[in-house]
Amino acid sequence: MTVHLPAMENILEIRGLTKTYKGGFTALNGVDLDIRKGEIFALLGPNGAGKTTLIGAVCGLVRPTSGTIQAFGEDMGRHWRRLRARIGLVPQELATDMFEPVMRSVTHSRGLFGLSPDPARIEAILKSLSLWDKRDTQIRALSGGMKRRVLIAKAMAHEPELLFLDEPTAGVDVELRRDMWQQIAEMRERGTTVILTTHYIEEAEEMADRVGIIRQGEILMVDDKDAIMKRLGRTEAHIVLTEPLSALPDAFSNYPITISDDGLTLTYRGGDGAGQGKADVAEITKALTRQGIDYQAIDQHESSLEDIFVDLVEGGRQEQMA
Amino acid sequence: MSLFNARSAGTIYKQELLRAFRTALQSILAPVLTTSLYFVVFGAAIGGQMQHGMDGVNYGAFIVPGLLLLTLLGESTSNASFGIYMPRFTGAIYELLSAPVGVAETLAGFVGAAATKSLILAAIILTTATLFVDYTIVHPFYALGFILLVSASFSLFGFILGIWADSFEKLSVVPMLILMPLTFLGGTFYSIDMLPQPWRTVALANPVVYLVNGLRWTFYGKSDVSIWLSLGLTLAFLAACVALIAFIFRTGWRLRN
Repeated sequence: MTVHLPAMENILEIRGLTKTYKGGFTALNGVDLDIRKGEIFALLGPNGAGKTTLIGAVCGLVRPTSGTIQAFGEDMGRHWRRLRARIGLVPQELATDMFEPVMRSVTHSRGLFGLSPDPARIEAILKSLSLWDKRDTQIRALSGGMKRRVLIAKAMAHEPELLFLDEPTAGVDVELRRDMWQQIAEMRERGTTVILTTHYIEEAEEMADRVGIIRQGEILMVDDKDAIMKRLGRTEAHIVLTEPLSALPDAFSNYPITISDDGLTLTYRGGDGAGQGKADVAEITKALTRQGIDYQAIDQHESSLEDIFVDLVEGGRQEQMA
Repeated sequence: MSLFNARSAGTIYKQELLRAFRTALQSILAPVLTTSLYFVVFGAAIGGQMQHGMDGVNYGAFIVPGLLLLTLLGESTSNASFGIYMPRFTGAIYELLSAPVGVAETLAGFVGAAATKSLILAAIILTTATLFVDYTIVHPFYALGFILLVSASFSLFGFILGIWADSFEKLSVVPMLILMPLTFLGGTFYSIDMLPQPWRTVALANPVVYLVNGLRWTFYGKSDVSIWLSLGLTLAFLAACVALIAFIFRTGWRLRN
């Protein structure tokens, strides 16, 4: 039975998902998460945050301690057989039979998911991942980046509607990483919902529609990437003056500005990550000129998703230490 | 979606057979060579000096079922155990666990392939044995059925071993330190009727005695123990293995975190 989902419907709904291992370590602690159909969702988190455990719980590699997982509107626990057929997984580790030739390995993956052989489909997948020329090569003879592509090809062989990519570009050089981003974007264009975990914030910034931040098994934040930037983004500007000031002029009292102890540097920290900070800095420099205060340098920096991520994760750590 | 996906099971089965043929020297040629050496040494050389044979059967022919069983037990166990242990060891098991594949497809694939390899081996060994000794098979259909039953049972046992083991050492400990001694002491090379008391009674506690005698009965119509007891114990062992594997899949023991 196929459940037809309306546009923007959730393809995956996770509620109260908890995983506590025998030793007492809690890898996931009451995770609630919705994934929308057709999006690229990036799950960010430091090592040991629970990203891989979360993916494993959905894909059947990890047995949750409690909580529910619904995929395509149905309970994963009850209907695992037909739901798993619609889900693909690319693991973090390069784990497969390395003595198999590429073509046979990908064909095996399709058969494992119960589908009849489709050489044309396999050929299209291998060509899209630039693996066609390597179809008869043993996987062990391929480079690390190519091996990772083979794992993607294997995960795509049964044409999943929901694809998990666990650290898809770990250990991949910059050029190949950009190439893979392109591949992932193409998967989304073909209608596949993509959930990826990554250490590379740049990767999430480049590709994701929405971002989730996980730390110590708890989801700290889930939002549209642009909304996060707007909500938590900041502009930081350092204006180095030619002559020191004894105090901050009253004209700047409405701005979030501080002055250094030696009176030579004004520091602005504010804005909204959507242009307000830049506009403020422009107004401040005009006001300095009007007041005859000369400056010799401006160093301006827009906070990135990485800054926000680090602030959130570090903030959490400091809360714990306090 | 049905409860058994034949295509998934067939895919695992094919993959496992391909793996065996990829390592044919180790998985086929080596056991055939080893068994042939037993035939040469014990069957042709030593057996040729034994005028009276065993239970009225030429000694070289007498040891054929036991030697066949020795190979079947070892190879069925190790083939199935390696088949499931290797993907666990390399991490490639993720693909099986995340696929819409249940215990039935997994067993049909892994155990079916291991049992098939054992049957191929049995055919090669029995053919090779004709080069060294003269033997007959009184009940060929029962022999085939018994070989199939033993191959399947010990392939299931090997599958459990491959899930239990967390090192290569553990993987080889059971076949080397348990199965092989039990087989040697289970009447492979002799009739347990030859043993003095109390060793004859002690020997009856060895489960392999019943397997060897069951197979020997299909060859020569003679057995040290009841053939029905042999069959019953073998079926009970098979059922116990299936039940244990069903439990393993239900709980995810050593498979899912």
